[in-house]
Amino acid sequence: MNALLIRDLRLAFRAGGGFGLGLAFFLLVAVLVPLGVGPEPATLAKIAPGILWVGALLACLLSLDRIFALDFEDGSLDLLATSPIPLEGVVAVKALAHWLVTGLPLTLCAPMLGVLLNLPGPGYLWLVVSLAAGTPALSVIGAFGAALTVGIKRGGLLLSLLVLPLYVPTLIFGAEVVKRGATGAEALVPLLLLAGITAGAVALLPFAAAAALRVNLR
Amino acid sequence: MDLVVDNLAVARGGLTVLEGVSFSVEPGQALILRGPNGVGKTTLLRTLAGLQPAVAGSISAPPESLTYAAHADGLKAVLTVEENLQFWAAIHGVGGVTDAMAQMNLTDLRARRAANLSAGQKRRLGLARLLVTGRAIWVLDEPTVSLDTASVALFAGVVRAHLGAGGMVLIATHIDLGLTEAAVLDLGPFKAKAPVATGGGFDEAFT
Repeated sequence: MNALLIRDLRLAFRAGGGFGLGLAFFLLVAVLVPLGVGPEPATLAKIAPGILWVGALLACLLSLDRIFALDFEDGSLDLLATSPIPLEGVVAVKALAHWLVTGLPLTLCAPMLGVLLNLPGPGYLWLVVSLAAGTPALSVIGAFGAALTVGIKRGGLLLSLLVLPLYVPTLIFGAEVVKRGATGAEALVPLLLLAGITAGAVALLPFAAAAALRVNLR
Repeated sequence: MDLVVDNLAVARGGLTVLEGVSFSVEPGQALILRGPNGVGKTTLLRTLAGLQPAVAGSISAPPESLTYAAHADGLKAVLTVEENLQFWAAIHGVGGVTDAMAQMNLTDLRARRAANLSAGQKRRLGLARLLVTGRAIWVLDEPTVSLDTASVALFAGVVRAHLGAGGMVLIATHIDLGLTEAAVLDLGPFKAKAPVATGGGFDEAFT
């Protein structure tokens, strides 16, 4: 399991591995939105929580199809399926690697981009906490979608359509946490709901994704 | 432990391609599968490896005792020869990377990235993976593709050493590996008579 995690991280950080793609996209969104909607601090502060969460979600979506497609194309997935590691473990490790490469950097960089969007002071802590609690769900749900579409050439469109509705609850509660936190309101309830979605996805979806992979490998 | 395959039927794309396949392989034996293109050699090997369910029949060996080498080598282009092998060795929990590289004549290429290998060198690396799986039954699908004569002989030697150590090898190939002691099974007679669609079920939507 460790070997698979180390390999996936190594592949992501070497040339052409796709690390930084999501981060660059997130940066672009945060830089372009103020240019698009105008510089009024009040407007920006109002939309900042939503924009930051939508940006993080779309940035996550960008690299989803790489989770299994590359391994499928070069035959590694067949070999992993016949290896001693259970396929559920392979899915969980690959989702974890995806989160370490996209979700974690997004979480850590979000406060800096919050400055660009004039996020109110109390919101920064909630932004980081909500992204840390919510982005693992994005990676696991994405791994499930990637497992469903693994054999399909250029399945990226189908993957996005499948995964986006499943991302909606995470987005709603994640943005709600930041919105409430920024205005000083009670934000614990949406945060707990967000964490609940993540816990449920992490517990159940690796099994669903492994079942989908088994069907697609036939 | 023998590998006994009894009355096996395998399907590809929902159609049964082979039926009534029966053979047995004892430790130290090799079996060469022959048959025209499309007869179902790869499908049979994938079924044995546990990648797809059999339509009927039984396989005595659990998928955990087999390792499968397909047309694709499962190499990562940005990893070096040694890193690729180390990964598979770690996955299977065995060592012997240095030894595997020596046996497949890859020691001089150990620090080279897989992307910079020739087709034959990639194939040798893919076959060296078999040595770091620690599994007794090798299931090989056209292992000699893009290998030159010297490499084919080198690989035949590796296969012989594996057989000598009590391993088993199943090879689907058209090229003579020089394994004179190996039994040959022609799959032609096992071709399914009239292709019949296998039973429905929601899986059909994904095939």
